[in-house]
Amino acid sequence: MSTANLLYTDTEDALRDTVRRLFADRCKPEAIVTLYDHPDADFTDVWKTLAAELGLAGLLVPESLGGAGAGTREAAVVMEEIGRAVAPVPFLSSAVLATVALLKAGEAQTLQSLADGSTTGALTIPLSTAPGPYPATVHVGASGLTGRVTSVAGANLADVLVVPVAGPDGPELHTITRAGAGVTVTPALALDMTRPIADVEFSAAASTRVDNGNAGDAVAEALLCGAVLLASEQVGVAQWCLETTLGYVKQRKQFGRALGSFQALKHRLADLWLDVSSAGATARYAADTYARADADTPIAAAVASAYCGDVAVHAAEECIQHHGGIGMTWEYPAHLYLKRAKSDQLALGTAYRHRARLAELVDLPRSP
Amino acid sequence: MTLDEQSIARDLDTRVRQLLAAHDPAHTDPREFLEARFDAGLAWIQFPEGQGGFGVPQSFQEQVNAALAAAGAPEPAVAKNGIGFGMAVPTIAAFGTEEQKRKFLRPLYTGEHIYCQLFSEPGAGSDLAGLATRAVREGDDWIVNGQKVWTSGAQNAQMAILVARTDPNVPKHAGLTYFLCDMSDPGVEIRPLRQITGEAEFNEVFLTDVRVPDANRLGAEGQGWRVALTTLNFERVAIGSGAPREGGMIGKVATAWRAQPELRNPAMHDELMRLWVESEATRLTGERLRQQRAYGQPGPEGSAIKLAFARLAQAISGLELQLHGEAALRYDDWTLCRPEAVDMTGRGPGYRYLRAKGNSIEGGTSEILRNVIAERVLGLPPEHRVDKDIPWKDLPR
Repeated sequence: MSTANLLYTDTEDALRDTVRRLFADRCKPEAIVTLYDHPDADFTDVWKTLAAELGLAGLLVPESLGGAGAGTREAAVVMEEIGRAVAPVPFLSSAVLATVALLKAGEAQTLQSLADGSTTGALTIPLSTAPGPYPATVHVGASGLTGRVTSVAGANLADVLVVPVAGPDGPELHTITRAGAGVTVTPALALDMTRPIADVEFSAAASTRVDNGNAGDAVAEALLCGAVLLASEQVGVAQWCLETTLGYVKQRKQFGRALGSFQALKHRLADLWLDVSSAGATARYAADTYARADADTPIAAAVASAYCGDVAVHAAEECIQHHGGIGMTWEYPAHLYLKRAKSDQLALGTAYRHRARLAELVDLPRSP
Repeated sequence: MTLDEQSIARDLDTRVRQLLAAHDPAHTDPREFLEARFDAGLAWIQFPEGQGGFGVPQSFQEQVNAALAAAGAPEPAVAKNGIGFGMAVPTIAAFGTEEQKRKFLRPLYTGEHIYCQLFSEPGAGSDLAGLATRAVREGDDWIVNGQKVWTSGAQNAQMAILVARTDPNVPKHAGLTYFLCDMSDPGVEIRPLRQITGEAEFNEVFLTDVRVPDANRLGAEGQGWRVALTTLNFERVAIGSGAPREGGMIGKVATAWRAQPELRNPAMHDELMRLWVESEATRLTGERLRQQRAYGQPGPEGSAIKLAFARLAQAISGLELQLHGEAALRYDDWTLCRPEAVDMTGRGPGYRYLRAKGNSIEGGTSEILRNVIAERVLGLPPEHRVDKDIPWKDLPR
């Protein structure tokens, strides 16, 4: 616990600059908002640049397996920037959830193609799944996979689906080509169109089993890692909301004064700044403990997940309120952040779930 | 370690060994040992020779402390002299003359001088710069008259850090001067001030023709506000400094929750966990702040930790009473006592609840701290100040 580094290294700062520049150039809010009217709007180029050219899809994969050999500290920086730009790239679904599940299951082939960015994956679970044992809804039989999974993040952007399966002898992990026979992916209209979700239906679909009997652990690890990193995305969302709000209240004048000179608003923004700073500290702690495989990781992850999701929503709500009418418009990007923040709050378990899990970890049982 | 660092570490080792050889802790009076430690430059190693250090980086202090503790050496009474160590030392270090540093740091370190703080007044709380205690120059001395309040530990203090008005004809911030005041002056009268908890942790201090030598002035005449701000930044850091996980108020509730299963109430559980998470978030925020400033000066960010700490202490101690139910209808002790040191998480749940009310008032109210964050961290426009260009004597009071 005592050796955690809660700051950013120079390398991490440089990584941040690179990712921020990419999104500033090619993920502008006016482009992102088109996703709501045209769900097919294509950001594949941005994702390919991030994943393959910059090599960031392989951050969590060891060099020996074709990855960059980095860890959650670096991936967290990427997630902060994704949150800050509400970038519609499947980093969480492919480079984190699918990748970590395959890595922990011991699969190497698909993993390498995910790590080098040539292939995009998606872990086929509902986005709202909380860390812990995952009860698979897909079954395997002689004819292949059968079953349905709803609200899967990034499924329609994926080439390969990584599917937790309820096998005859326990959990299994399979890979399957999204375009293959017996696989139907139906995109859904989402509250947050910047992280597209889809329902996935398997009917006698031929798949490849990739685990060694460790599929339950592999999915649990992916969920834990996903929750750790989602907290950093939430920090990025919250930071954009706070900074944008500050910029606005300094410039916008009513009653002959800058809005930001009114104490009622100053105090709310001071509180918000404190919340956002604290969220940053918890997310950084979680990313650092996970990277060091510290024994405190489950607690750190539960704290960050329980804290950051609510802060991001609060920041987005404050952003809209402080902007007044402009905050309610389609034209102004605040709504993109509210939608992302609210969806993120439900993703990988709500704060209520994380607090309940934390209570078990720190021995504070609910009942006598 | 670089070569430089190795040579510093070796030098420190030598100094520690020489100190221990010349003053065996087992057979030396504790104060005498601390005096020797100060003279050996091992009190605050980053300070210059003659001022308790010898000008090496503060990062090596831990090494010294550990070596001396391992040898059973007496420790300076930091807890008993929180204002001295936490506020007077950094202020004297920043603004004192060489002579003042030589004169005041040594007795402070050894425990000969316990300090108290003569800042707030009945008419100057949040608006500290509006204070009315007057100091008038008379030869080499200043004659001080006025009334101070919220002075913890005044009855045990030999010295005080004092801010007084030396020029009422200029706007309020410009007319203040900062002094080190001898509390044994016959003009100092101390009256306990009983508070919400029943005890008297604080005092009112009446100053009547108290004589303070000009040699005890810290910083220039009229520079007192700047000097006081340094002290106040350190106060907020001191108050906000983090404990380990479950080290503060949340630890009390968590311990009770674990020890007394019959108290557990499923409806309260999520609130408990919410506060547990917030406590941990605040602890980590403080830890990150310490990593950020490593060896630097405290900034306005320290205000944020204090703000969070106060909010949490109040919420958690309020929950704690509800957790204990019937038992919390009782109180441990209403008698007027004068505690030597204050333990915010000490005594019973009722005491903790009542004492926590002070957390958002002492050392800068939470409202003032929000102004500080908004203006100095976030760069929002300052509050309108109708009094800033008016001579202090003409302000409505």
